[in-house]
Amino acid sequence: MRFIFKTDYGQDIQLAKHGGQVFWYGLLLVLLAAAPWLFAEYWLAQLTFVLIYAIVGLGLMLLAGFTGLFSIGHAAFLGVGAYTEAVLVNAGWPFPVSLLMAAGLSAAVGVIVGLPALRVKGIYLGIATLAFGFIVEEVLARWESVTGGNAGISVKKPGMFGWTIDSGTGFYFLCLVLAIAATLIILNLLRSPTGRAFVAIRDSEISAQSMGIHLARYKTLSFALSAAFAGVGGALYAHKLSFISPDQFNILQSIDLLLMVVIGGLGSVHGAFLGAIFLISMPQLISMSKDWLPAAIGQAPGLQGLVYGLVLIGFVLFEPLGLYGRWLKVRTYLQLFPFYRSGLFRRQKSFQKSDRLR
Amino acid sequence: MQVLQLVISGVAQGCIYGLIALGFVLIYKATETVSFAQGELMMLGAFCALAAMAFLGFPFWLAVISAIAAMGVFGVLLERIVIRPILGQPAFSIVMLTIGIGYVARGLITMIPNIGTETHTLPVPYKDRVLNLGTLVINVEQMAVIGSTAALCLLLYTVFRYSKVGIAMQAASQNQLAAYYMGIPVKTLNGLVWGLAAGAAAIAGLLLAPITFVHANMGFIGLKAFPAAVVGGFGSLPGAIVGGLVIGIVESLAGFYLPEGFKDTAAYIVVLLMLMIKPNGLFGEKLRKKV
Repeated sequence: MRFIFKTDYGQDIQLAKHGGQVFWYGLLLVLLAAAPWLFAEYWLAQLTFVLIYAIVGLGLMLLAGFTGLFSIGHAAFLGVGAYTEAVLVNAGWPFPVSLLMAAGLSAAVGVIVGLPALRVKGIYLGIATLAFGFIVEEVLARWESVTGGNAGISVKKPGMFGWTIDSGTGFYFLCLVLAIAATLIILNLLRSPTGRAFVAIRDSEISAQSMGIHLARYKTLSFALSAAFAGVGGALYAHKLSFISPDQFNILQSIDLLLMVVIGGLGSVHGAFLGAIFLISMPQLISMSKDWLPAAIGQAPGLQGLVYGLVLIGFVLFEPLGLYGRWLKVRTYLQLFPFYRSGLFRRQKSFQKSDRLR
Repeated sequence: MQVLQLVISGVAQGCIYGLIALGFVLIYKATETVSFAQGELMMLGAFCALAAMAFLGFPFWLAVISAIAAMGVFGVLLERIVIRPILGQPAFSIVMLTIGIGYVARGLITMIPNIGTETHTLPVPYKDRVLNLGTLVINVEQMAVIGSTAALCLLLYTVFRYSKVGIAMQAASQNQLAAYYMGIPVKTLNGLVWGLAAGAAAIAGLLLAPITFVHANMGFIGLKAFPAAVVGGFGSLPGAIVGGLVIGIVESLAGFYLPEGFKDTAAYIVVLLMLMIKPNGLFGEKLRKKV
C-alpha cells in the first residue's frame, strides 16, 4: 500500500504523483522508442495507427470527456485536416508548416461548429454536429477541383527542407513524438485554469457560469482545440494511408471515434490510448478468431458490426467507466489488498436530470 | 404541375421521416433519452414482414400486422432488458447504447446466410400501380404512405387524448416523479412507449419497402429523421410529422432545382439553419428554468 500525503496545492497538481509513476511511464516510453526493433513491419504500422487515433482520441476526450460536449461528426475535422495536409504537401509545402495549417484550419472549422453549440445543448448539439459532418463529407466529395471528388487523392510523403520521411520507422517516430506532445498538452491543460473550467462546464453549466466562467468562450475554445487535435491526427492519417477519399470520413468513422473514447473511458487521458488500442486491435482479433469459429459464424460478413455492438452495449451496461475504469478497479484491488470491497466504485443512481426543467 | 409532382413525392418521403421521428419524439418525451436505433428498428420491421411472407406464407395484411406486433413486443423487451438498467445515467450513455443496438441489429441481419447481404423486394399488392389525375401521375405506393401516416397520426391522437393509457403517458412525460406519486406505473409505461416507437418504426419500414428495397443498411434513413424531429421541435408529436414533411419537401425540391449534392445535404442544412434561428423548433415547448 502506498500513502501519499499532500501538504500543499502544488503537490496536488503535480504531473507525476510519485516515483512509481515516473518509473512505469519511463519504461513505457523506452519500450515505445525501441518498438521498431521489437516488432515486425506490420505491427509497427498498426502501432502507428494506434498513435494517430490516440491523438484524435485525446482531442475528442477533451471535448466529450472533459467538457461534456458530444460531437457525432468528429470525422469531419479529421477529414478537414487530412485534405488540408494532402493539398498542401502535394503543392510542395514543408511538412511542419502544412501540419500547422491542417491543425489551424480544422480549429477554424471547429469554431464555426462551436458557434451553434453555444445556443443548443445535449442532443441538439449532437444532431448539429451530425448534420455538420454530413455536410463536410458532401463538400469533400463535390469540390473536385481541390479534393479530387469521390475518386480520392493520393498524398506525397511528408518532407521538410530537403529530406523526406519515407520509411515506416521514421514515420512511426514522428507519430510518437506528436502523440507524446499531444498528451503533455492535454495533461498540462487539464491542470491549468482553462482545463478546470472545462471540467466545471461538464459537471454543471449553471454552477460554472455562476463562478464566472464565460460559457461561450470556453465551449468554443474546447471545440477549436479538439478540432485542432483531430486535424493533426487527420494529417498523419493521410500520410499513413497515402491515399484518401471522402468516404473515409463518414458517419461510421465518427461513430468509431466516439466508440473509442467511450470504451476507453470518458474523462481520462488513459482512455484515449486504451480506446485507440481497442479500435485498432478489434478487427485483428476478430479476423484471428474466425479460424476457430464455426464457418457459418466466422465467415459471415456482419460479424464485426455485431461484435462492436455487443462490446459497446456491454461496456455501457456493466463498465460505464470503460477500459480505464476496469484498470482502476484492478489497481485499487492490488493497492488495498486484502481490503477491497465490491461496490467500491458503484455509482449512485440519481434521478434523471431533465433537460426540460419546469 | 411539375412542382406539385415533386411536392407529392416529397410528402411521401417526408411521411417516412416523420414516422421515424415520431419514434424519437415518443421516446424522448417519455424517458428524456434519444434512441439512435430507430432506423434499425425500421429495418428489422421490414425484414419481419419479408420473413412472414416468404417463409411462413402469410398473406400481405397478416404479415403487416404480425410484423408490427412483433416489433412492438421487441421494443418492450428492449426497454426492459437493456434500457431500464441504465436509466438515471447521463443521457449520452443511452445514445451510445442505442448505437450499439443498431450495430448488433445490422450485424445479425447481415449474418443470415444468403439473405442478409441481398436486397429484397417486399411483394405488396399495390406494387407499380399509378393513378393518373389529369397530368399528375401518382404512385399508389406514395398514396399508401401518406394515407397510412395520416391514419396512424389520427390513431395516436385519439389514444393520447382519450384513452387512460395515453393520458397516463402524457402525465409521465410531463413529470415522472409526480406521475409516480399519483400511482402511474411509469416503468411499465416507458416500456409501452418503446413498444409504440418500435411499432411506428416498423410501419415506416413496411411503407418504405416498396419504394426502395429491403436491405440491411436501409436503417441509415433513420439519420434523416433527426433533422425532422429537430425542425418540428423535439418535444412535440405533430411537430415530428410536420418536420418530416418539411424535410421531405425541401429534399425533393432541392433534388430537382439545385445542383447535384444538395439533395443529400438539404436536410442537414435546414436543420443547422433551424438550430441557429429557432433552436426549439417549430412546435417546441418554451421552458424557462426556474431557480
